[in-house]
Amino acid sequence: MSIFVNKDTKVIYQGLTGRQGSYYGGLNKAYGTQVVAGTHPKKAGTDVDGVPVYATVAEAVEATGATASCIFIPAPGVKDAVLEAAEGGVEFIVAITEGVPAHDEAYFFNKLKRDHPTVQLLGPNCPGIITPGECNIGITAGHIAKAGGPVGIVSRSGTLTYQALYELQQKDIGVTTCVGIGGDPVPGTSFIDCLKAFEADPDTKAIMMIGEIGGSAEEEAAEFIKANVSKPVSSYVAGVTAPPGKKMGHAGAIVSGGKGTAAAKMEALRDAGVHVGLNPTEAGELMADIVAKL
Amino acid sequence: MDLFEYQGKQFFAQYGMPISAGEVAFTVDEALAAAERLGPPVMVKSQVLTGGRGKLGGIKFAADIDAVREHAGNILGLDIKGHVVERLWIEKASDIAEEYYMSFTLDRSAKKHLGMLSAAGGMDIEQVAEETPEKISKIWVDPVDGLTDELAAEWVAGANLNPKATEGAIDIAKKLYNSYVEGDADLVEINPLILTPDDKVHVLDSKVTLDGNAVFRHEDYNQYDETQTRDEREEAAHEKGLQYVGLEGSVGIIANGAGLAMSTLDVVNQVGGQPANFLDIGGGANADVMSGALEVINNDPNVKAIFINIFGGITRGEEVANGILEAMKRVTIDSPIVIRLDGTNAEEGRAILAPQLNDMLMMENTMLDAARKAVELAS
Repeated sequence: MSIFVNKDTKVIYQGLTGRQGSYYGGLNKAYGTQVVAGTHPKKAGTDVDGVPVYATVAEAVEATGATASCIFIPAPGVKDAVLEAAEGGVEFIVAITEGVPAHDEAYFFNKLKRDHPTVQLLGPNCPGIITPGECNIGITAGHIAKAGGPVGIVSRSGTLTYQALYELQQKDIGVTTCVGIGGDPVPGTSFIDCLKAFEADPDTKAIMMIGEIGGSAEEEAAEFIKANVSKPVSSYVAGVTAPPGKKMGHAGAIVSGGKGTAAAKMEALRDAGVHVGLNPTEAGELMADIVAKL
Repeated sequence: MDLFEYQGKQFFAQYGMPISAGEVAFTVDEALAAAERLGPPVMVKSQVLTGGRGKLGGIKFAADIDAVREHAGNILGLDIKGHVVERLWIEKASDIAEEYYMSFTLDRSAKKHLGMLSAAGGMDIEQVAEETPEKISKIWVDPVDGLTDELAAEWVAGANLNPKATEGAIDIAKKLYNSYVEGDADLVEINPLILTPDDKVHVLDSKVTLDGNAVFRHEDYNQYDETQTRDEREEAAHEKGLQYVGLEGSVGIIANGAGLAMSTLDVVNQVGGQPANFLDIGGGANADVMSGALEVINNDPNVKAIFINIFGGITRGEEVANGILEAMKRVTIDSPIVIRLDGTNAEEGRAILAPQLNDMLMMENTMLDAARKAVELAS
């Protein structure tokens, strides 16, 4: 079992004909993901390495029965692409693109919630999602993940997601699904969405959560864990030593005042019974201890 | 991107909000000429990208030209929280009956736009929020609906402003929201928003932060890029397109990915060192990016050791290793380098680096060991 995507998930790539889309779409396909279609308004009828291209998401859904879409469209077009995907009938949208304006994100998040409440958006500015051995949508290097569980991973940071997958693989620990929710101000999928799904997934026995300074997503996740998660959780929050008021790469990673600091987040997580490591390696070791006791 | 007060006011004026006449001045003579044209009394206001200028002597009232000379002379060159004043905004002084606070920003928890309005303006709003939260009228605006007339009226009514200010405040609220959305701002703030003795609502200060991701649809925003405050190191990194933040320590950091870079800072700190910077070179880690990064770090006189922390994902270890070696041929490095290379084909990458190792280029297998080594070399 897994969350959100599995071997049966058929995926449309919006932007498959572009440089990034064709590269990662190709890698995802080689991994075993059902890459069934691409879209481009002017290239309908062509194909990318055998994957047919349609003019719109709606046509691609009609022709292939796809239920998910992955967006590799440049930032200015992401708002339209997300809305097109939702209106076109997919249930799961993964927006990889970084640099999307915050006002666009706030708009399509609320638009989806209102007009397409069953559609799950992941991203933007995220590495994507991988259910090892079954389905890899996005830019994660699939071979660094061991399939089979029992650990579910959710992370705000791309490279730290890979780091987490790799640390577990080195310890011969498998992963049910790894979700990179991205570090932007309005992520389509939150920690809580993933925690809820992992809690409901019988094959996920433990959860690894990687946070980052800025915002209050980790604090909210901690409250949710305390009240609703029965499975053990290990965690790491990046940016313990980040100075206040400095932006460190991710639009979301900014500290103001005493709020959103790594210390406050770790405290909230510890208070919720989460095993908190001071660096990614330590969080991996804590998870290995948890798995050994399962 | 943070805007100076006068840039923010000009930004507001584009959306029809009432601001005072004023001019920018870089010298005392320019300040005097501006004051002559505007006619005293005027305000002499330091333009720095930080808050709390007033308390530190950065804003003065000048009743006449002599006072302008005195204040401009004192304020130019003043250090306000590490920001040295290089420009002034000379503005026609306003009579103030009451001071209010008004702002819009994104509430990341609610995922809606948050408007805050208070009759307790002119002071630190965070203090108001903490001590007397009931004095702040809040609204959450759904971006799909926008700020409707009803919502704006309800918001203003909730703030208990002087009834004479109601109409003007509603008008400015709608214009401020427009500037926030159409202008792609992360923050628009007016503190104080004033009511004048003749019952006009007027913008007396501005704080505007624009979303750098939205520059593609605002060509005129390039002008603000030139006035961002960056130190020399940050300017050099910015020119090379690197994600760099200057810090005070002695261990130079290069990592791929913002999360890993932050994590690298954490680990250096945990083993007793002080990072000199945050630098994220992104996914690729090729020779071009790596040499640019090494150059920036090497030019920082505080750096005594360099920690390169790379996790290979799609980019394989051997590509990373070759990139580092190629970069080292292009840039002469003064400080020893410690490399930690992990992830995809890490073994192959390490094998490429192994024959090149010496006391200026070292390698460790884990992040912690590499951090320890770098900190030891830096101290």
